[in-house]
Amino acid sequence: MRIGVVTFPGSLDDRDALRAVRIAGGTPVSLWHGDEDIKGVDAVVLPGGFSYGDYLRCGAIARFAPVMSEIIRLAGPPTQTSPGLPVLGICNGFQVLCESHLLPGALIRNEQQQFICRDQKLRIERTDTVWTNRYGKDDEIVVPLKNGEGGFAADQATLDMLEGEGRVVARYLDVNPNGSFRDIAGISNATGTVVGLMPHPEHATEAGYGPEAQAANSTGDGTDGLAFFTSALQGVLSA
Amino acid sequence: MGRVVIDVMPKPEILDPQGKAVVGALARLGFKEFAGARQGKRFELEVEGEVDQAVLDRARQAAETLLSNPVIEDVVAVRAASDQE
Repeated sequence: MRIGVVTFPGSLDDRDALRAVRIAGGTPVSLWHGDEDIKGVDAVVLPGGFSYGDYLRCGAIARFAPVMSEIIRLAGPPTQTSPGLPVLGICNGFQVLCESHLLPGALIRNEQQQFICRDQKLRIERTDTVWTNRYGKDDEIVVPLKNGEGGFAADQATLDMLEGEGRVVARYLDVNPNGSFRDIAGISNATGTVVGLMPHPEHATEAGYGPEAQAANSTGDGTDGLAFFTSALQGVLSA
Repeated sequence: MGRVVIDVMPKPEILDPQGKAVVGALARLGFKEFAGARQGKRFELEVEGEVDQAVLDRARQAAETLLSNPVIEDVVAVRAASDQE
């Protein structure tokens, strides 16, 4: 199972995402923003960071990188012959997915105007996606969160649509760290192949290096984020 | 050489934390008559020739494709820059 991780100029968490894929048991493949092909990978992770320095808007310039044209084409609406390329966008990757219109809404500057870095409790609400099928419905986990522009925003109709179709993948618990509407931490496309998530599961995949904070369904060793990556191995196999 | 000016503003219903910070700082400096502030962006695009309607149409297209995100922002003006600007 080969999972590609795109490096844009200014990506920071590409190495951790590659590592998370390896720890999960997959084969990590580095992808480059300037390349037009994605080396035949089975799924793609768009990592966190500050692609193109967050110039213009977070993710706005990355969205037009050559590699993204191919990813947008392959991840687009599913057809009878293809369910669509699975893509996980984490943090800046989530912003890129919204700018690409693969996911609705946008991420805006944190309500309190400060960069936030904390261990964040989440509830996993959608578990039939490629990226979350190894979690239990409403599992409560803790993974790191670090963002300056992580406030999820959309109009009321879009928010109602996401809720109505069960497309809210993860919600902030205890604290809404950035002013996200309806405490939304992550969403998916209709088919559950494309997921965007503001917190960082790739930083909670190796025992002893993840958050010490615990939630109801924590693994106990700081690896609450690993299931995003093991899910993909499972999800891609069954697709 | 012609120049097109494009103004992009956060949508009224979208919280503008930067504008909020600005109006707070203004009040601390004694500019208490300003009850609110919103912060947007101004772009200037240069063209070789004159700014005609075709150029303005292309500029609007660019504004809606790249320079703004229609989910959170409005393109509030696309116009030729005056000589004084």
